Amino acid sequence: MAYFLQQLINGLQLGFVYALIALGYTMVYGIVRLINFAHGDVFMVGAFLGYYGILRFHFPFPVALAFAMIGCAILGISIERIAYKPLRSAPRIASLITAMGVSLFLEYFTSLKFVFGPNYLAYPRPFKLVTYQVGGVSFSTIQIIVFAVAIGLLIVLQYFVQRTKVGMAMRAVSFDKETAGLMGINVNQIISLTFGIGSALAAAGGVLYGVAYPQINPFMGIMPGLKAFVAAVLGGIGSIPGAVLGAVIMGVVETTTSAFVSSTMRDAVAFSILIIVLIVKPTGLLGAKGTEKV
Amino acid sequence: MSEEPKGREQEAKCDQAAGAGSIPPREDGQASALGRVAPWAITVLAYAVITVLISTRMINPYWQQIIQFALIMAISGLGLNLIYGYTGQFSLGHAAFYGIGAYTSALITKSFPHSGIPMFVLSMFAAVAVVAAVAFLIGMPILRLKSDYLGIATLAFGIIVKVLFDNADRVIPKLGGSRGMLGIPKYTNFTWTFFMALAALLVIRNFVFSSLGRACISIREDEIAAESVGVNTTKYKTLGFVLGCSFAGAAGVLYAHLYSFLHPSNFDFLKSIDVLLIVVLGGLGSMSGTIVAAIGWTFLLEGLRVILPPQILDWRLVIYPLLLIIVMILRPRGLWGGVEFGFLKPSERWTQSSKSTN
Repeated sequence: MAYFLQQLINGLQLGFVYALIALGYTMVYGIVRLINFAHGDVFMVGAFLGYYGILRFHFPFPVALAFAMIGCAILGISIERIAYKPLRSAPRIASLITAMGVSLFLEYFTSLKFVFGPNYLAYPRPFKLVTYQVGGVSFSTIQIIVFAVAIGLLIVLQYFVQRTKVGMAMRAVSFDKETAGLMGINVNQIISLTFGIGSALAAAGGVLYGVAYPQINPFMGIMPGLKAFVAAVLGGIGSIPGAVLGAVIMGVVETTTSAFVSSTMRDAVAFSILIIVLIVKPTGLLGAKGTEKV
Repeated sequence: MSEEPKGREQEAKCDQAAGAGSIPPREDGQASALGRVAPWAITVLAYAVITVLISTRMINPYWQQIIQFALIMAISGLGLNLIYGYTGQFSLGHAAFYGIGAYTSALITKSFPHSGIPMFVLSMFAAVAVVAAVAFLIGMPILRLKSDYLGIATLAFGIIVKVLFDNADRVIPKLGGSRGMLGIPKYTNFTWTFFMALAALLVIRNFVFSSLGRACISIREDEIAAESVGVNTTKYKTLGFVLGCSFAGAAGVLYAHLYSFLHPSNFDFLKSIDVLLIVVLGGLGSMSGTIVAAIGWTFLLEGLRVILPPQILDWRLVIYPLLLIIVMILRPRGLWGGVEFGFLKPSERWTQSSKSTN
């Protein structure tokens, strides 16, 4: 039982990192209907910025986190402006392919020697590792920090989207872009802002991932990116609570499968759950039911 | 000699039953007569020239492999174009079917190593049958999903299949699992890939311009409208999907016997994306585009290896996505969208007769 609880805690830790990435997917999809495949690579850049913040510039952990988030927000906004904006009225597949192009570009450009380099780097640990035992289950400072940062950011995001005027504008644009524009909302600015916020959250996820699983390289974003995306779909794409729920499910399923079945089968189990959920409930667990217009 | 009248008959049949949406009909009369012979002449010429170049060693074995790989990608791409370009069903799991075809046939030919070409042909039939069966079983439930959700479900299927390949050696040690499968006999050569690609092209052309193909196109244009005029959408979506995946399976068979080595990473998510790239770059619903893009894409990636000086060779995979982004921004409908080579177009005669029956 204690072992199961331990795996549950480990799963939650992974799940909250996925949640931070999944939010970017779900917000961007909600607003421009684009599967932003480059998001996993923004997550990777975030991890590297945190790495350089801590090791090169000797920032304390919160400053390094903020540095990575701001850096990635700028990156995300630039990607949107350069690569996606010209294609907003084109067939949607064109922007999807462009997103793949951006993803490949980020991976291979950052693995050039003068950028991040192609090798695995060991992530620094900017705080002391202390482990607490509570009834046979062990917590470490890493888990506490991952939970605290992730939950803190989620609360801020939820407040921002639901209670502020800009958040209301974001919801309006995601509901109906044209009408929102007619109501005086600057749609372009809101889309940029969405990319910025999504990328900043992914960067936070990247730094936490680096701290928790201390090895990074330019291709580290592919699998977490895909899984976070799957989590967003599982929870109902476009829904913020759904993304968090889906991500936590993904994280827990992954760690418990590794612990109780086989670590090589964990992806198969996670993706099978996705297919089953999609067949039973095509818009995801918390997704809005769409009506078919004729 | 008995082939010729049959060929003409097919041509005529295809003339009557054509029509891929936006593609303008070809002109009849002299231009058409020329247009009917020219592509065959070009095809024969291309085959003859390359065969001569290969047999005189003007093209070294490395580039021979590249040419064959380009044709294999074209076959796989034609399959995906049928699924996505013509039937409108978004699939991100094409590499899974490609892989199932490759592994199935490799298992058969490796188990009977001295049976030669007949076993290769047999394994191809078996592999395509297995792929079609898998595509049918997975297609039935997931083809109910629409657009992006279907893409995600097929993506998930692709990843599951890759994990199964990784663990396959626990059940059948010969498949090698994550260590890769070695020692597959090399049966694929230029003649095989060339004629398989040609066959794939002809099958897809005749399918698209048949009543079945038109049903598929109607689903792409508007599924609800198609359903309301009596098109059995489930049936035609499944048909398009199974047929398209079978081409991926056939491409996989050729791939396995070209490189004689298979590894699960050859069939991961990124390989599905490669095929999608080819189809979209070429233009959705354009057979000519898929073929040109498959060849162009393969030669671009390999060509960059040759033309870039060694000190900036690392930039190869930086330049490639940049080109991709630029092409997509400049030509969002693909390089070849809506354009077909003459013999892949419906004839004007057909279009007019269909207008009068409307």
